[in-house]
Amino acid sequence: MAEIVLMRNFSNPDSHTLNAYRASGGYAAWDKAREMDPAAITEEVKKANLRGLGGAGFPTGTKWSFIPKAHTGPVYLVVNADEGEPGTFKDRYLLERDPHALIEGMLIAARAIRCTKGFVYIRGEYVEPWRRFSAAVKEAYDAGLLGRGFDVVIHRGAGAYICGEETGLLSSLEGKKGWPKIKPPFPAIKGAFGQPTIVNNVETLCCVPPIVTRGAEWFAGLGTKTQGGTRMYSVSGRVKKPAVYEAPVSITLRQLIETAGGVSATGRLKAVVPGGGSAAILTADEIDVAMDVDGLKAAGSMIGSAGVMVMDESVSIPEALMVLARFYAHESCGQCTPCRESTGWIYKMVHRIVEGRGHKDDLDTILDVAKRGAGTTICAFYDGAVGPYISYIEKFRGEFEALIPHA
Amino acid sequence: MTDGAPSTSNRTPAVRAGLADPATVVSFSEAQLGEVRRLQSLYPDPRGALLPVLHMAQETFGYISLEAEEYVAALFDLSPAHVHEVVTFYTLYFRERPGRHVVAVCHNLSCHLAGAPGIIAHVKQKLGIDPGETTEDGRVTFLTVECLCACEAAPMAQVDDRYELNLTPEKIDRLLEGLR
Repeated sequence: MAEIVLMRNFSNPDSHTLNAYRASGGYAAWDKAREMDPAAITEEVKKANLRGLGGAGFPTGTKWSFIPKAHTGPVYLVVNADEGEPGTFKDRYLLERDPHALIEGMLIAARAIRCTKGFVYIRGEYVEPWRRFSAAVKEAYDAGLLGRGFDVVIHRGAGAYICGEETGLLSSLEGKKGWPKIKPPFPAIKGAFGQPTIVNNVETLCCVPPIVTRGAEWFAGLGTKTQGGTRMYSVSGRVKKPAVYEAPVSITLRQLIETAGGVSATGRLKAVVPGGGSAAILTADEIDVAMDVDGLKAAGSMIGSAGVMVMDESVSIPEALMVLARFYAHESCGQCTPCRESTGWIYKMVHRIVEGRGHKDDLDTILDVAKRGAGTTICAFYDGAVGPYISYIEKFRGEFEALIPHA
Repeated sequence: MTDGAPSTSNRTPAVRAGLADPATVVSFSEAQLGEVRRLQSLYPDPRGALLPVLHMAQETFGYISLEAEEYVAALFDLSPAHVHEVVTFYTLYFRERPGRHVVAVCHNLSCHLAGAPGIIAHVKQKLGIDPGETTEDGRVTFLTVECLCACEAAPMAQVDDRYELNLTPEKIDRLLEGLR
């Protein structure tokens, strides 16, 4: 039986309260970390092979070490709780069911990067997670855990997928529209309000207390060679038991689908999106792949936010692409021309294909535009759209062609 | 006044331009102004509190009119144009008064796979309006929205503050009947 780390407290109906968190050993990691040298905390997280669980998969300890040593002004910790990647719902569970794990992770991270103020950016639609997390922050202040060298400000978003992109999030936090910023400078050098800033995902920070308590070796040993730990896989779509499942990052996609009860509807697998809407699609023959950062990369896709969407034989792939293309057209922030224009036009083209009005050249035009635009924009949003455009069409071209008159 | 308008007028530019509803009273109470100052003090630059204060404005005034934008801009010493740019960027700020309830049905992939198109068609038929519209009696605004991240319970919708999960036409009927 695999070890449950992140969801260890979920079965307790009071898991969101300070009493329950303490009763299960909560804040022991902070008691230990507050006696540790900040650099030693970062070193431990590096050795644990913790990689960012929001989407990019960047090594967390390495990110922390980018804060300029000579900097004497403020440093900020910003928690990305702007969960919005299609097919992902894990951070919602953590905010609602284990908010103190996030607060404890923030306290430890703040010590590591010598930060006295943290911002938690929660998507505006997450009302219940916001209430739960706010109540936990109040408990932590009342208990003297917060407010003694580290303060937490909760900041609610207002509905914009792009604010999940870390520099878009920082723009939004600064009271602007959520336009991403050109990197470099990276946030660790010049981030929120012009100061060095570490942006970490909710789940990533929730991994930190167990690393401190049980050690880097233990955490690294749970995963693969290049990524430690377990993570929370959001599994939805055509499976019998859609839910969030925690598993070591070495689990294969096939095992994960089996864990979720297997394929529903026709019972025959057609395709899977392994890492949220922006991940390239995998066919039924491609699911013997490890669900870690490097495993999915080698398979030509990405683990992203670990949002797994399963499609059985009866699902129309062109229709699925149309739904995602509509999403990208709606959420493009409009800053970079290739993204703003292509997402709109590609949606219109996929839409007309699905309606049986596609043109003979549409598929090649989409592929051409997608491939030429990738890598030309300020942030990774358009690259995230290109993944589905290309993979859905290249892997299921016949299904698209069948809808196009005179193809 | 620097824009050439009669200097005796203390009306806001939006009112003078005929763009705002002059009947709308836009001003926070003393207590709310205190809360604005508290929020502004939480950020290294006070304008970090712009989104939270816009949330407050929407809760107070029902939506964010051009007048409300100008009012909030003045609280931050920002141009109304900056605030307008922010308000129009995000989906949760309403620029017209919405219905008393907002029903936002997710139409992204997992919900789509679980039958969202049928749910959307059902709501459309029940309310007699299209997504983006409000019922004539001002009771319900109906929206379709992108992933709300509750895909394990698809199809789903947000009804005001609540997530309503595992929707069926029957459940939609009960929900809509409960909205007064």
